[in-house]
Amino acid sequence: MRHLTHLRIGPIGFRVGSDWRGPIAALENLYRDYPAPEDGIPDFNVHLFAARPWRRLLRPSVHIGGDFVIPDAAPLPLAQGLLAAEMGMNLQMALGQRRFLLLHASAVERDGQALLMTGMSGAGKSTLAALLMARGWRLMGDEFALLDPATGLIHGFPRLISLKNEAIAVLERALPKARFGPVLKGTPKGTIRHLVPDARAIAAMAEPAVPKLILFPNYGFAAAERAVPPSETFVRLTQASTNYVALAERGFDALTRLVQTIPARALDYPDTATALTQVERLWEAA
Amino acid sequence: MTRYRAAAPETLRVVPLDALTLIYHRASGITHIVDSPVPEILEVLAARPLAEPELMARLSERFELVDADAAALTARLDELVATGLVERLCAI
Repeated sequence: MRHLTHLRIGPIGFRVGSDWRGPIAALENLYRDYPAPEDGIPDFNVHLFAARPWRRLLRPSVHIGGDFVIPDAAPLPLAQGLLAAEMGMNLQMALGQRRFLLLHASAVERDGQALLMTGMSGAGKSTLAALLMARGWRLMGDEFALLDPATGLIHGFPRLISLKNEAIAVLERALPKARFGPVLKGTPKGTIRHLVPDARAIAAMAEPAVPKLILFPNYGFAAAERAVPPSETFVRLTQASTNYVALAERGFDALTRLVQTIPARALDYPDTATALTQVERLWEAA
Repeated sequence: MTRYRAAAPETLRVVPLDALTLIYHRASGITHIVDSPVPEILEVLAARPLAEPELMARLSERFELVDADAAALTARLDELVATGLVERLCAI
């Protein structure tokens, strides 16, 4: 590929190649403080390419490829090349990750222990994780938490935080000095702006944490909390894991151990200030 | 009479949680989430293959099933045969 970059996010190394300079320049800028893949060897390749040579220049549209691909995935306009790169890296994780059980959850750490937050798109996983980072928690990731079947520990995947729609302004206010990516309008998920994790999140990204609490946040409801039994937690986490089936018995053992050893709570919240108070209280009680 | 045999215990990982029980079936790689009386049926049938009336009798004496119902047991056995957790043995 014409343009290349390498980076490591948590324990995972990527090599991203592109037919265009733009997406690589955006990655190199936003990921400038991230290390290179361990021993220089990436775990996954991502390719951003033009379907036909002339589409590199004429109405350029970015196809997402790599070691693992979804056939017929719709391309993105070049203006959204950064999003294509991020989607490409997520796709490799979702389809190709075999060492860790992928939990579709954001994760933050305090005192060596991890809080996992999972839920549907729009539930507030990324927003709450970013706001907790602003309050001094260590961000471990806004999309994937990696459960190590060998140890039961959570490894982080602190990629750029993907803020959508209303969450963008909330975090611009909460973290006025933070680094943000370009505003990407008209994406399949509305307006997206990436937030660079803070220096602490990047410096400590290789440090795993002991899971302590699982929350299922749900935005847009009166404040309420309820205990979620282990069986329901298990079902929700398997539904949201793209590699549970691939990990077979290792995945089963890792997940049954997780749901049996740490509590889970559903958390309805009307606004983020209320949610943060709820989270802090539930964390202390766990 | 048709008898039923449970999958060998060494092919199953059974983890009782709250109200439900998780069963990982090594032979198929499928995770089953089951409610009573399925774990009890598997346990009784693990010892040796049984026909329905015997199975019902064993379940009743060992687990005090609240609504012992032959039709319901047949339905459960049919489901378990479909999942591969129980095998239907030829009635010869």
